[in-house]
Amino acid sequence: MSLEKDDVEKIAHLARLSIDDADVPGYVENLSNILRLVEQMAGVDTDDVVPMAHPIEASQRLREDEVTEVDQRERFQRLAPAVENGLYLVPKVIE
Amino acid sequence: MTGKQSARGFIDMQWEVVIGLEIHAQLACKSKIFSGASTAYGALPNTQACAVDLGLPGVLPVLNRQAVVMAAKFGLAVGATVARRSVFARKNYFYPDLPKGYQISQYELPIVEHGSLEIELEDGGSKTIGITRAHLEEDAGKSLHEDFHGMTGIDLNRAGTPLLEIVSEPDMRSAREAVAYMKKIHALVRYLEICDGNMQEGSFRCDANVSVRPKGESAFGTRTEIKNLNSFRFVERAIEYEVERQIHLIESGGEVVQETRLYDADKGETRSMRSKEEAMDYRYFPDPDLLPLELDEAFIESVRQTLPELPDAKKARFMSEFGLSAYDAGVLTASRELADYYETVVATVGGEPKLCANWVMGELLGAVNKAGLELPQCPVNAHQLGGLILRIVDNTISGKIAKAVFEAMWAGEGEADAIIEAKGLKQVTDSAAIEKIIDQVLADNPRQLEQYRAGKDKLFGFFVGQVMKATQGKANPQQVNQILRQKLQG
Amino acid sequence: MFEKTLSELSQALHAKKISSVELTQAYLDRIERLGEQSNSFITVTVEQALVQARAADQRIAAGEAGPLTGIPLAHKDIFCTDGVRTSCASRMLDNFIAPYDATVVERLAAAGMVMLGKTNMDEFAMGSSNETSYYGPVRNPWDPERVPGGSSGGSAAAVAARLTPAATGTDTGGSIRQPAALCGITGLKPTYGRVSRYGMIAFASSLDQAGPMTRSAEDAALLLQAMAGFDPRDSTSIDRPVPDYRASLEHSLAGLKIGLPREYFDQGLDAATAAVIEAALDQYRRLGAETVDISLPNSGLSVPAYYVIAPSECSSNLSRYDGVRFGYRCEAPRDLEDLYKRSRGEGFGAEVKRRIMVGTYALSAGYYDAYYIKAQKIRQLISADFRRAFEQVDVIMGPATPSTAFRLGEKTDDPVSMYLSDIYTIAVNLAGLPGMSIPAGFVDGLPVGLQLIGGYFQEARLLNVAHQYQQVTDWHRRAPGEA
Repeated sequence: MSLEKDDVEKIAHLARLSIDDADVPGYVENLSNILRLVEQMAGVDTDDVVPMAHPIEASQRLREDEVTEVDQRERFQRLAPAVENGLYLVPKVIE
Repeated sequence: MTGKQSARGFIDMQWEVVIGLEIHAQLACKSKIFSGASTAYGALPNTQACAVDLGLPGVLPVLNRQAVVMAAKFGLAVGATVARRSVFARKNYFYPDLPKGYQISQYELPIVEHGSLEIELEDGGSKTIGITRAHLEEDAGKSLHEDFHGMTGIDLNRAGTPLLEIVSEPDMRSAREAVAYMKKIHALVRYLEICDGNMQEGSFRCDANVSVRPKGESAFGTRTEIKNLNSFRFVERAIEYEVERQIHLIESGGEVVQETRLYDADKGETRSMRSKEEAMDYRYFPDPDLLPLELDEAFIESVRQTLPELPDAKKARFMSEFGLSAYDAGVLTASRELADYYETVVATVGGEPKLCANWVMGELLGAVNKAGLELPQCPVNAHQLGGLILRIVDNTISGKIAKAVFEAMWAGEGEADAIIEAKGLKQVTDSAAIEKIIDQVLADNPRQLEQYRAGKDKLFGFFVGQVMKATQGKANPQQVNQILRQKLQG
Repeated sequence: MFEKTLSELSQALHAKKISSVELTQAYLDRIERLGEQSNSFITVTVEQALVQARAADQRIAAGEAGPLTGIPLAHKDIFCTDGVRTSCASRMLDNFIAPYDATVVERLAAAGMVMLGKTNMDEFAMGSSNETSYYGPVRNPWDPERVPGGSSGGSAAAVAARLTPAATGTDTGGSIRQPAALCGITGLKPTYGRVSRYGMIAFASSLDQAGPMTRSAEDAALLLQAMAGFDPRDSTSIDRPVPDYRASLEHSLAGLKIGLPREYFDQGLDAATAAVIEAALDQYRRLGAETVDISLPNSGLSVPAYYVIAPSECSSNLSRYDGVRFGYRCEAPRDLEDLYKRSRGEGFGAEVKRRIMVGTYALSAGYYDAYYIKAQKIRQLISADFRRAFEQVDVIMGPATPSTAFRLGEKTDDPVSMYLSDIYTIAVNLAGLPGMSIPAGFVDGLPVGLQLIGGYFQEARLLNVAHQYQQVTDWHRRAPGEA
């Protein structure tokens, strides 16, 4: 399947990626080629096959309900681009 | 017909309202669903957001056992299937209060499916509401919109708090029914001790899916989703507003748009949420960091063993064991605390369940509501109230005096017996003493005595009143009646 | 000294012929002198290394040392290292000082190993040539005009160039084995779940696995011993005892059944590389092994399935890089959407963006079944192929790569041709099996890797099979000439 410019722009928006206009044709071509590679799967009959999400057959382990973490706000917020009064700052969110 | 012309009653005759609720109950776990950070409410911003909650590079989730137990408990309590195998999935979308850019939830295979709950209707009947599913997921953080130089502040303490999302069938037909259902779920999760039910702190909240359709139509109308309703009153008002809005819209030739709306409690109206304008494509897929959750029979059985007596069963027992009316039993089992309180009172008194019920529902709840308290904070505990009722039962005081004693107890003046003693409220049951007082009353009121004897029976009450006044209400009323009658006939 | 194996270094340290500080300093000097040639390090942690080395010397003096105490190593820059920049070779994390240690880092530090620094890699481990790094490409020590392979290209090149005696790597679709092959070293990708993923920055969670990159199988056994084991912080970590990997190294290969999948020897394989592989197989026959032709009929579908599953998982795993809590944030965002789009658009390189977009597309409404579910079904078929094969044989062998190292820039404009360079390694990740690449010879002066694939948790067997070969060959001892 071939993608169009519109498709690439839509996907980039969904993934929240800014793409330079000049780069769009390159992405259109590359992504289309990748999808063509991927579509080799289409010809295989997999009607009775169970999808495999994990390479190992195991079930989820459970953790006891205990508080094990201590406050590390200061340490973590040193990594943040913008904080104030212990809050992470982002451009105004409109609900 | 236009919207303007149609009176409210007429609309109700033409339209059927269809409501489904998605209730979010924060599970009463000490730690987060996928991390060891505390879930305690009210901490300073971001002091309870650990590396996992922040979605730092490289961190991984591990599931909290207690959250699973609590979800299973809920499932069993609503007669649902607790899945032997359920799967966590990622719901992908970008939002600042969602640190990883996805919410870990359950999608195709939830832990609880196919349950139901019966609600009582205003006409005295009842109705079964289907519970489609309940699934485990993590809560998001909070956006604080106070002004940080035109920026929004993000607090991620709540991120990762365990949530049970309880999804109903679109079975409710009015805002009242929706509230009745929500209250019932609220009582249930508190009975099960899986959620503290604190709606102000957001521990229990819901989204309402609302649509209308012409009566008799089987297809659903286009629905809107009202987000984040955190009080029973808001649920009722928001739904009522939304129903009117939709009907008005359709009747004026418009169309309901499927969208997410926000209830503005100040204005009492719902409005479209700009941030959710674009159609969401959540790209759900199984979370590869978590394995399928598999619960065996033994696990589910062990959870079943911990189930308390549920509200409906308790209500039935109160009716049969205590001879209470359906109404009284319903009120007394509305919360586990109240039911426990009532049963303790009955046990202390050693019987008299109806008298106890009247006291708990009357004086006690009246005082609790008046003071705006919750039952656990009430200054008179069940043993103390039982002690007071005992004094009515053994004729130490009359019911009327007991009310005064209760007020003194509420004011913190001590136990019933001590107050009765200190204030000399003990009932006078000495027949000779009562007789003497009656004689005095009759002697003091010759004119009334004459009128009574001439046939003015109504004056009997007057004499009783005088006797009670003379004894400051302490004379045993039955004895007063009996002796007075003899004297008046004599 | 730079030719010594881990065991030899361990002996020298315990015999006090050399101190950890001396050894560490020697490697730091060598990195200083030669590191730029291969560009294999992103960060060299001189001070921390010497602190760790001094502590190691004290442990050795106190008689509390283990076999790895005092030995230097390098970590791929995908492992979080407390207080040290952990960049994943991305502009996005260029300023990210990890606030905690990955389990692998913690374990190796606890064993007394000394971290020399963090190695270069493809950005977020997405690449097969190490050309997608924000810090520039790594050069192959055997030929600086050629790629070292990827994504653990820095680790492979550093080990090959003797800048470190050992390194950690991660393998999502061949990222340990392919660079190990192209740089002529030994690399092992363990069974999925054998080594903790905690603190290892995720690319594709159901495929990622960390492993040792060393010069010999014996060294790999030593390193894996310290890396492997259950970690309660990783839900996909397997709670299963770790065998003594060195105990079985000397087992005889007599009667060993080696499966040769015909799909791995088809027309896609370079003829000269094929000849080297054939010679290696002859060597195994001389060691008493028997070769059996087998088929892995769905092998050809592994690249297509992988390029749905890995991008899908990565599109979600990389959503956390949004310029809010850590990492790159664009200048003066106009609004929230602008913050997201430009921080991510500017912070990620082209290949990462490509894969995020492929994954976003594959998971989106209307395509999920045709792409994601289909790929998971193909994954099941590929896994079943291996299950059937291991009923017949003990190990599977074949080439690790279709050809020797290609030239820098040769495949950068054509992602699909780049992807196909992992054609022999990807299926192993989809199935979650352990795989290895060991040096098996040269074509035109460039190393060729022989791939060994084992059944689940058969790392000890793979190490034994590799070690026996290395006892009778010296390909793994060859060093690239210093420029």
